[in-house]
Amino acid sequence: MTTRRSFLILAAGAAAAPALAQVPANIQALRRAALQEAVRKVTGGAAIRSGKVKLDIPPLIDNGNSVPVTVTVESPMTPGDHVQAIHIFTEKNPQPNVLAARLGPRSGRATVSTRARIADTGIVMALAQLSDGSFWSDEANVVVTLSACLEDGLI
Amino acid sequence: MARVVVSMQPTAKRGDVIEIRTLAAHPMETGFRHSQTGELLPRDIITRLTCTYNGVEVFRADLAQAVAANPLVIFTTVATESGTLEFRWTGDNDYIATHTAQLTVV
Repeated sequence: MTTRRSFLILAAGAAAAPALAQVPANIQALRRAALQEAVRKVTGGAAIRSGKVKLDIPPLIDNGNSVPVTVTVESPMTPGDHVQAIHIFTEKNPQPNVLAARLGPRSGRATVSTRARIADTGIVMALAQLSDGSFWSDEANVVVTLSACLEDGLI
Repeated sequence: MARVVVSMQPTAKRGDVIEIRTLAAHPMETGFRHSQTGELLPRDIITRLTCTYNGVEVFRADLAQAVAANPLVIFTTVATESGTLEFRWTGDNDYIATHTAQLTVV
């Protein structure tokens, strides 16, 4: 026999199910795995140290459609010791890559700026590859109030 | 003709690091959005920006969907000699835009 309580639990479940159906239940884990996979593709599994890299991004973002991002790496930028590449990743976007810049001793300074789309509150990561093969990174937690366009709940 | 803007100083001292600001007019459609009739809008983005300085590549950037519309990329280079800087944007649907700028080194 169906009690009032069990009926209500079933009804609530049935009402919630279609809304959730579009988004996989483990979406957060999937996003994190995608970020780690993108980073691993760049590093090839090498160790990443924190330091040297400075990621400059506003901690509170009003409009996720256009977020100024600046990455600066401490480096003398000489032929023997320079930054080869700067990568920017986000955690919560449908795909994690933002920008991959190749630099060299002729860059003079290891700095790159752009504007990014950020879908949701989460981690933004900058990764630098130095000429000696080492990887350095910096992370920032950002809060997004207006998400970049993702109407169908892909976040 | 695709519209692009490059902002940099026209003259520099030898050895100076100059900042180059590049902007291309482009919607950077992500390929994740749907139109009002429900069809998925196909991806249409700029995928690469390269800068050559007298024929030598000094900067290259690979862009993804997560770069905002009208992509702005700011980078630096060392003023080594007078010459031409050539910028080239390439992307989906055979998008190509180029721009050249003169730099005088004193």
